[in-house]
Amino acid sequence: MSWEVVIGLEVHAQVNTKTKAFCGCSTEYGAEPNTQTCPVCLGMPGQLPVLNMEAAGKTALTGLAINAQINLESKFDRKNYFYPDLPKGYQITQFPLPLVEHGYLDIPTKDGGEKRIGITRIHMEEDAGKSLHEGLDGVSHIDLNRSGVPLMEIVSEPDMRSADEAIAYLKQLHQLVSFLDVCDANMEKGQFRCDANVSVHRPGTPFGTRAELKNLNSFRFIKQAIDYEVERQIELIEDGGEVVQETRLYDSVKGESRSMRSKEEAHDYRYFPEPDLPPLRISKEELDAIRAGMPELPSQLRKRFEGEYGLSPYDADVLSQTRALAGYFESLVAAFPADPKQCANWLANELLGRLKEMGKDITESPVSTQRLAGLLERIADNTISGKIAKDILDIMMTSNDDADAIIEAKGMKQVTDTGEIDAIISAIMNANPDQVAGYRAGKDKLIGFFVGQVMKASKGKANPAMVNQRLIELLKG
Amino acid sequence: MPFSSLSELKKKLDDGQVTARELAERYLERIALHNAELNAFVHIDPEHVLDQAAASDAYRAKHGARALEGLPIAVKDIFCTQDGPTQCCSNILKDFHAPYDAHVITRLKEAGAVLVGKTNMDEFAMGSSTETSAFGPCRNPWDSNRIPGGSSGGSAAAVAAALTPAALGTDTGGSIRQPASVCGITGLKPTYGRVSRRGIIAFASSLDQAGPMTRTVRDAAMITAAISGHDSMDSTSVNDAPAVDWLGACDKTDMKGLKIGKPKEYFVDGMDAEVRACIEKALDQCKALGAEIVDISLPHTESAVAAYYVIAPSEASANLSRYDGVRFGQRCENPEDLLDMYTRSRDEGFGTEVKRRILTGAFALSSGYYDAYYIKAQRVRTLIRQDFLDAFEKVDVIATPTSPITAFNIGEKTDDPLTMYLADIFTIAVNLAGLPGLSQPCGFANNLPVGLQWIAPAWAEDRLLSAASAYEASTDWSGKTPAAFDGNTACGGTR
Repeated sequence: MSWEVVIGLEVHAQVNTKTKAFCGCSTEYGAEPNTQTCPVCLGMPGQLPVLNMEAAGKTALTGLAINAQINLESKFDRKNYFYPDLPKGYQITQFPLPLVEHGYLDIPTKDGGEKRIGITRIHMEEDAGKSLHEGLDGVSHIDLNRSGVPLMEIVSEPDMRSADEAIAYLKQLHQLVSFLDVCDANMEKGQFRCDANVSVHRPGTPFGTRAELKNLNSFRFIKQAIDYEVERQIELIEDGGEVVQETRLYDSVKGESRSMRSKEEAHDYRYFPEPDLPPLRISKEELDAIRAGMPELPSQLRKRFEGEYGLSPYDADVLSQTRALAGYFESLVAAFPADPKQCANWLANELLGRLKEMGKDITESPVSTQRLAGLLERIADNTISGKIAKDILDIMMTSNDDADAIIEAKGMKQVTDTGEIDAIISAIMNANPDQVAGYRAGKDKLIGFFVGQVMKASKGKANPAMVNQRLIELLKG
Repeated sequence: MPFSSLSELKKKLDDGQVTARELAERYLERIALHNAELNAFVHIDPEHVLDQAAASDAYRAKHGARALEGLPIAVKDIFCTQDGPTQCCSNILKDFHAPYDAHVITRLKEAGAVLVGKTNMDEFAMGSSTETSAFGPCRNPWDSNRIPGGSSGGSAAAVAAALTPAALGTDTGGSIRQPASVCGITGLKPTYGRVSRRGIIAFASSLDQAGPMTRTVRDAAMITAAISGHDSMDSTSVNDAPAVDWLGACDKTDMKGLKIGKPKEYFVDGMDAEVRACIEKALDQCKALGAEIVDISLPHTESAVAAYYVIAPSEASANLSRYDGVRFGQRCENPEDLLDMYTRSRDEGFGTEVKRRILTGAFALSSGYYDAYYIKAQRVRTLIRQDFLDAFEKVDVIATPTSPITAFNIGEKTDDPLTMYLADIFTIAVNLAGLPGLSQPCGFANNLPVGLQWIAPAWAEDRLLSAASAYEASTDWSGKTPAAFDGNTACGGTR
């Protein structure tokens, strides 16, 4: 009998508000240590929290996007523990009554279907500061710029049955929070972090004892850590051992995890209601306003791109990956409405490929939708061939000129004059009498040879359709 | 020789009979003369006091007088001030200087008050006797062998001995009213949410409230008018609190039509007979002023102390976690590791009573005990609140003794925390219900002051002020100064 893997995930997503959850300090990443702090987020005596309602609104929006219940009254609690980067000695969080409960995400499965992953809750809380232990000659330093940055903790049900499913869920969630513009979701910057609860059991029996894996900061490491943990647990049980409930820290360098603390060493957080904050109340009207601000989600975009613009499912999927990309696409279509499929093709295959080589994303594209549309127009009116257009796009990536200027300057205008094309064809035919004879004897495939020769002779500028047509006529004699 | 109230001093300043600077000098003289005996002040910076007073005189000359222009006011060492240390009378905050003023301090400054100094208190406001202060006990001006009450004992002693005409205290379970009572002055705890808590070092966040300690009821109203009001940086400060005509409420001289509730649970066997007699006499006086005395019951009163000593320490256990030696305050020498730094810094920095309450609170919140203690205490709190709501269906205000006993001897109860906790038996329920309460002098028992406590519905401080003003006007218990301090450097006389 095989083993079944059971995974539940806790995601900490930093809410991308301008200011912190309970004070007016900036949340900007990367500032000099301890320059974005104030008496409130330093936990100074007598200082009190005031909730950033924008953080609450963004958390509620996330809740709506995962089809969850939004509690119009939720409460804040204190989670008590001592650590030098936690200035107050407690974290403000939500325990028994979170803002968001009972949602779900549908994730794609390998067989092309969908699987529903339950989301137990999303609660609001504040981030801690950062402790820096390395390279400081045995002295630890503390940076409290992150102290008080708003977080959403998104807790899933133990619904995932493989590391792949876990990754699919995380990617879906990552895409969602980016789309909603509630989280900048840069994993390297710690804006989207994950803890995984992993256990194994025989199907049909109760769930096994779980281990909690912490410190997972890339999709790759999450997969590695889960796979490692599953293997560790199965080996342990098959060798007659027992999995113990514990928190384990994954070391991505060594590719293994080690125990951080056992169940016995687990903190008693002594949660209790935060007396400094009244309950968070959101009116029905406020919630309706939040709902009205909901952008189109990736799945809706995909469907619309297929239906409205006739895109292939593949192109529709590629172009709905990020809000910025979808926005670029729609702006491109607005600038060149004649052929949305052509827009999709040039964006998904040509522009994105070039951007990737440059290490840029769509928001950093040197080619605006207007310039790209100008290029597509010249293909459509036969001024240039598609092949020449690719060369022009290459130039556009590093120049500010538009397509017309480049065509003009480089003399790349397509040859559509029949006389000019016929002259080239005649010259080629004269130079290759054997091939002409062969074609005329029925070797139709030789047409490719002639097309190639003509295009080469015209430096690619001859209109390929016209070349084809004229070649057939002239070769037939 | 009578000593002046805040409102009398205001008149003298307004009439040009005295300057703020002269007033400051005289009170500084009195502090210099008497503070060593009382230990009421733990920090005084005379230069700074005189500078403020001179600035106030200049302001008055240029712009006219603000509400508290030039009036000296002392504040408990729990209020953060940019000037001077704020230590909460604890070693763990030794030499701590706050880079900000508490909201009420800002309000006092904006009203033109001259801040006199920091007054003694029980460490972190945890106590009823001002004996747990890291700066040593404060003494009662009426008998220096006795405690001045607590935790705002320094403020009470300073006002009673006329070392300052008025002071600010804080009240979590009676810490304004009980010391006011045993020192023979007036103390007001406003409705929870009336006064911002920002910049006040937190003891129990859901109970703490700042208020005035003064020689008269009107003085208390003057100060409350200045310090109350919404603060957008305290989420528990109420935005739409019903307004009160603070000074107008003090013009009342009778009690016609007033229904005063007399709760049977506050007149119990075992209370000091002389105290009881004082209160009964005061109620007779109220009757003579036209009030109707109505016997009422607040049935859950006896559970108040127990509920309080779960809720307040629970909140305190978290509020005091920030004193960890990491960023400010006391840090032990040469810590071996993080745990050693935490435990030794806190062990060295906190006194016994504070440790007792942190441990009590942490225990009440711990897994497996939370429901039995914290949740149950919250249920009791709800019942107590309901008791008062029911009572105020029948009466306008409630009158009780502030404390069942008069000032006890220093050291008498320090070894018996449970007996000590009972000193607040009549004041605690008011905090649990978030109501306003006022204590005013109503006579002497055992040659020591006795306090009469008034309790009103939330936001009805005007009822307290009116009833207390009428009582004050018809008796002469207010504004008394103990003979030992009724000396030659009096501030009240005309020049």
